[in-house]
Amino acid sequence: MSGYRIVHYMNQFFGGIGGEESAGIKPESRSGAVGPGMAFSKALQGKAEIVGTVICGDGYFAENMDEAVEEVLRLIGEFKPDAVITGPAFNAGRYGTACGSVADAVGKKLKLPVVSGMYQENPGVDLYRKSVIIIPTSDNARGIKDAVPAMTNILLKLLSGEALGDPRTEGYLERGIRVNTFHPRSGAERAVDMLVLKMRGEKFETEYPMPVFDRVAPADPIKDLKGAKIALLTDGGIVPTGNPDRIEASSATKYATYSFEGVRSATSDLYQTAHGGYDPTYANQNPNRVLPLDVLRDMEDEGVFAKLHETWYTTVGNGTPVANGKKFGSEIGAQLKKDGVDAVILTST
Amino acid sequence: MRLELHRARVKGIRWGSATALAGDGVLQVNRDELLALIREDGRFAGVDADLASPGDRVRIVPVKDVVEPRCKIEGDGEVFPGMIGDVETVGQGKTFVLDGAAVVTCGKIVGFQEGIIDMSGVGAEYTPYSVTFNLVLIFRPVDGIEIYEYEQACRLAGLKAALYLARSAHESGAAADRVETFELPSVPELLSAYPKLPRVAYLYQLQTQGLLHDTYVYGLDAKRLIATIIHPNETMDGAIVSGNCVSSCDKNSTFTHQNNPVISALYARHGVDLNFVGVIISNENVTLIDKRRSSAYAVKLARILGIEGLVISEEGFGNPDADLIMNCHRAEIAGIRTVLITDEYAGRDGASQSLADATKEADAVVSCGNANMIVELPKMDRVIGYTDYVDVIAGGFSGSLRADGSIEVELQAITGATCELGFTRMGAKTL
Repeated sequence: MSGYRIVHYMNQFFGGIGGEESAGIKPESRSGAVGPGMAFSKALQGKAEIVGTVICGDGYFAENMDEAVEEVLRLIGEFKPDAVITGPAFNAGRYGTACGSVADAVGKKLKLPVVSGMYQENPGVDLYRKSVIIIPTSDNARGIKDAVPAMTNILLKLLSGEALGDPRTEGYLERGIRVNTFHPRSGAERAVDMLVLKMRGEKFETEYPMPVFDRVAPADPIKDLKGAKIALLTDGGIVPTGNPDRIEASSATKYATYSFEGVRSATSDLYQTAHGGYDPTYANQNPNRVLPLDVLRDMEDEGVFAKLHETWYTTVGNGTPVANGKKFGSEIGAQLKKDGVDAVILTST
Repeated sequence: MRLELHRARVKGIRWGSATALAGDGVLQVNRDELLALIREDGRFAGVDADLASPGDRVRIVPVKDVVEPRCKIEGDGEVFPGMIGDVETVGQGKTFVLDGAAVVTCGKIVGFQEGIIDMSGVGAEYTPYSVTFNLVLIFRPVDGIEIYEYEQACRLAGLKAALYLARSAHESGAAADRVETFELPSVPELLSAYPKLPRVAYLYQLQTQGLLHDTYVYGLDAKRLIATIIHPNETMDGAIVSGNCVSSCDKNSTFTHQNNPVISALYARHGVDLNFVGVIISNENVTLIDKRRSSAYAVKLARILGIEGLVISEEGFGNPDADLIMNCHRAEIAGIRTVLITDEYAGRDGASQSLADATKEADAVVSCGNANMIVELPKMDRVIGYTDYVDVIAGGFSGSLRADGSIEVELQAITGATCELGFTRMGAKTL
C-alpha cells in the first residue's frame, strides 16, 4: 500500500468525456486515475497513489468560476488527499486558468501541496504563477512524457516537506516571490565584483531585475469645479488622536476612513500622524499641513466647489508594498465612485 | 593621504575600577566616570549604562545609533570632527580602534523609528551588532525638551562615550594587535600609477530627510551639502556621523560609516582590478528639485574625475529610491557604468515590486534583502531599554509585542539587518 493519497484535477477532454461539445459539464469525480493520471500513477512508483480524479468542463469553469472552484474543492476534499495535481494544461487557455485557479484554492483553503503544469504562454501562468508551483510544459499534449516526471518529482519533494530550491535548478516557473538569503560574500564585495565584471564587458547577473510599473491614465479634468464634490485622501498618515485603527508606522496593511462631519480644521487636538517615515513634528503641530481640511472648508464656503465629501481616507505610505497600495487604491476608488465623488485631492509627504 | 588603523582586539566587556583594555582582551569600563561624562549634558534627566555581550539572552530597544570606539593617536584633528571636536581634516596619521566593541545608544523613544538589537536567537543572525561587545547607554530626557534637542543630545553622547572608551584604553597602555594601512594619493598620482585600470569611484548617498533621518559631515547637516568629494580615509575617522535610525534595518549607523564596507572592498581591489579614484558624497533630500541638483552635481563630479565605473549605495527606501535611480540613469547616460546597492520592500509575502522607482539602465543591482520579511524574536531574559514601543516602531504592528515577551516584527525593525552599504551577507532571490 502506498503512502500518500493524490487527487488529480483535469478537464472534460483529458477526462475522456468529450471535446468542446462537452465543455459545459459540471464538476464530477471518479475514483482512481483517469487518462493522463495513468502516466502519473506509473511515475509515482508506489510512493503515492492517485485515489481520485475530479473533472470539470472548461466552459462551465470559465463561466461559473466561483461556484466551480467551490464544488471542485469539495469533491477533492472528499478523497481526503495529501496532495493535488492539476493538469497539465499545455497551451489550453481556459484549462490553464482552471488548473491555476483550482491549485491556488487547494493551496490556500485546503492547505495541501499542489503542483500544476502548463505552457509558459498559457494565460493561467500569468494569473497564478505567484501562488502556484507550475512546471513549464510544451504547448501541446505530446509534451506529456516530459511533464509527468517533472511534475511528479516536485510533488514528491513537496510531500516530503523539503523546501524547494531555486526555480531554475528545480525546474518550475519562477513565482516572482522574493525570499531572503545569506550569500557567502557581503553586499559590498558582491557590488564591487559585479562592477569589475560589468566594466570588463563580462557576464554578470543582477540580484534584482528592474520591475515594470503600471501606468495609470489620468481621468479627464473637471470642467466646472462649482458643481463638484471633492474628497480628501492622504497617505501621510494623519489619523484621529490615538490612531484608533492602529495603522502601522511603516508597511501599512490597511487604510481607514473617518468623517469630517462638524469639523472645520484638522487641529492638533483632534489629529496626529501615525507615519514613521518622515519628521512628524510639523504634521503634529498642525495636521492641516498634510490633510488641508481648513483650506478646503473655506473654499467650500466660498463656493469654489460644491461640496467636500465628509468621509476621508487615510493610510501610511512608508515602506508599503506596491501590491498593498494597488489594493487600497482600487477599493477606495470604487467606493468614491459609488458615493458620487467627482474628484479627489491626494496628499502625500 | 595615509592612515593607519591600530586595532586592539576586544574579547569581552565588564565594569571595573579604571577604563582600560585588560591583558586578557577584556574592555574594563569605569561606569561612574563614563556616566559622569555623559551626564554633563543637562538635557538628560537620567542616563544609565549597561553591558551586552554576544550570546547573551538580551534585547536592546529602542536603539538609536551604534558607534565604534576610536581615537586619534597621531595626525591632525580628532575623531568625529565638527561633532564633538574641531573641524580639522582627519584621515591621516594613526587611529586607535577598539575592534569588537561598540557603543549602543538607546532609551526613551524619539519617534516611531528606532530599532532592535538581539544578542542571541534569530534576531542576532540579522543584526551585525550582535557580535560586538556592547556598552549600552540608556537615556531619559528632561521634561518638556524639544525632540530635536533630545535627539542631538543622544547622538553626541554616543560619540563622546566612544571617544572616551578608546582614549582611556589607549592611555592605559592598550596595544594594537593588528595595523591596517590605507593610502590613496592625489588624483594625478593615481592616474599615472595605474593608467590601464578602469577608474572607479563610490557614490555614497546620505539620508537627509529631517528628524532621525539626518546625516552629518564634519558636523554639517548633509541636507545643506552640495555633492562633494571626501577622501575614503576621512570616513574611518568619523567624518560622517549618523543621525538616522528610521526603519533601522537600512540606516547607516555611525559604526558602518566608520567601517564602510564598499570603501574596504574598493581598497581591496585597488591597483589590481580597478583604480579607486575617490568617494563622492551626495544627499537624499525630499524635494524633486533637491534630488535633481544633487544627482546632476554628483555625476558631474564623476565626469570631471574621468570616472568610468561607480558603485552607488542607497540609504533608506521609497523616496530615496528616486535618488538612487536618478543617479544611475544620469551616470549611465554619461557613459559611466554603475552597480547599485539597495534593499527591498517586496511585501511580507515577497510578491510585490521591491522599489518605488525603476530605470532600464539599472541592470546591475545588489539587494541586501527584503525588509518586509516577518521575523519572530523569542523572549529574552533581559531587556535593556524599553519594549513598550515595539508596536509603534517602524516594522512593528498592532500585536507585535506579545504577552510572553516574544516579538513578531518585520525585519525593518532590526538595526542594520538590510544595511545598504552591503555590510552583511544578507540578500534576496526570486523563487
